[in-house]
Amino acid sequence: MKKIEAIIRPERLEKVKSSLEKSGFVAMTVTEVKGRGEQKGIKLQFRGRTMEVDLLPKIKIEVVVKNDEVDKAVGIIADASRTGKCGDGKIFVIPVEMVVRVRTGEVEL
Amino acid sequence: MIDSGDTAWILAATALVMLMTPGVGLFYGGMVRKKHAVSVIALSFIAFALVSIQWVILGYSLSFGSDISGFIGGLDFLGLKGVGMEATDLTIPDILFMIFQLVFAAITLAILTSAVVERVKLSSFFILGLLWTTIVYDPLAHWVWGGGWSAELGALDFAGGTVVHISSGFSALAIALVIGKRIGFGEENMEPHNIPMTLLGAALLWFGWFGFNAGSALAADGLAANAFVVTNTAAAAGTLSWLFASWINGKPSSLGMVSGAVAGLVAITPAAGFVDPLSSIVIGAVAGVICYKAMLFRVKKGLDESLDAWAIHGIGGVWGAIATGIFASGAIGGYSGLIYGNIDQFIAQVIGAGAAVVYAFTVTLILAKLVDAVIGLRVSEEEEYVGLDISQHGEKAYA
Repeated sequence: MKKIEAIIRPERLEKVKSSLEKSGFVAMTVTEVKGRGEQKGIKLQFRGRTMEVDLLPKIKIEVVVKNDEVDKAVGIIADASRTGKCGDGKIFVIPVEMVVRVRTGEVEL
Repeated sequence: MIDSGDTAWILAATALVMLMTPGVGLFYGGMVRKKHAVSVIALSFIAFALVSIQWVILGYSLSFGSDISGFIGGLDFLGLKGVGMEATDLTIPDILFMIFQLVFAAITLAILTSAVVERVKLSSFFILGLLWTTIVYDPLAHWVWGGGWSAELGALDFAGGTVVHISSGFSALAIALVIGKRIGFGEENMEPHNIPMTLLGAALLWFGWFGFNAGSALAADGLAANAFVVTNTAAAAGTLSWLFASWINGKPSSLGMVSGAVAGLVAITPAAGFVDPLSSIVIGAVAGVICYKAMLFRVKKGLDESLDAWAIHGIGGVWGAIATGIFASGAIGGYSGLIYGNIDQFIAQVIGAGAAVVYAFTVTLILAKLVDAVIGLRVSEEEEYVGLDISQHGEKAYA
């Protein structure tokens, strides 16, 4: 099992969610977060003065999938959240040691 | 001769109407995304302050100065010259009449911010707002209330259905066409960020509207009391009819509920001094349904007149003007409408409303294109993306 942690643009959440759902990835956890990348946020130019907005609102999606489904799920998230501009986000894939279903106590390794 | 009862009531009514403008700000503010909340509420305060100054210096004179060809007032009251503490025509001081009219002019500019939210450049709004209130609002107020051609024709507008609502609604439509859609409109989720804020704004509007309509009797008398009652009744009917109309298509949303209240209030505005309470039920209920349909039409056309000033104030205002021609009762305000067999009143109402629609839409379209061409109406794509709160005000609604 792997956990996919995707930091995306908030306005792309609906598209990512529905694209994942179409391919059978229904379960997910979504968090509102703030972050910045290499560009240190956005610089706004106003008649001579500059204003920095260094932490921009983002959405973090966490999805846990089977090892052989990682590429597919990552591809879906990347395609659905891409605008081609700075600020599209990042996707991290992390190994998962164990999954416990709380209701039944069922353990999956 | 000054009447102290009348003066006391109009002083209070003016303050009631003043509160409606920040009310519009909260009503709109809750409906936008949180990164634009400060900006939208601030636009209403700015509209209020801007028109307050313009009206004292120039606007009052253009609207209520001596008539020039039925189109606009002369400059005799420039800087409120000769507008003093005495009563000349009415039973209230001239300067009180002036400020009562000021709060109407101010809220009208605030209503049309519906068309520009989440994307307008603040400096351009100042310029467009000043041009708009001077070139669109002031002449319209003169036509209807300042002794212009519409009043001569006999078109009735008790409290501003034409001057305030048709003008702001159809001007909002024109501005929306020029400024264009918000980035991501129709693709991204743009749901309201704070519905209780919108409900609070609607409450202030409903409350203030008693000053708006009952104050427009310009006296503390039976006509004011009738206007008060029909205002509340129409608002209630509009609330319920929009709620039920939207229930058929899904859940009865609270946003629809208060939109219906405003639709009912808009529609009763021109009629408040001319119709009885039973007619106001019909006026309000029909307003709730047609404004709801107008909103659906707007959404279907993919038009980003963002907060529906056109659907609610524009279409509601047109219906109110026509409804006045249908339901006016001689026993209330001395004029009879269609249901009492008088077609002339109905025709005058249609002409008055139609002329206001054409004037407001056309002139606003030209003004908006002009401002857009010279200084640009919109902020940059990046400023829009981070939100107008940060980019225009350097603030956040929620830290």
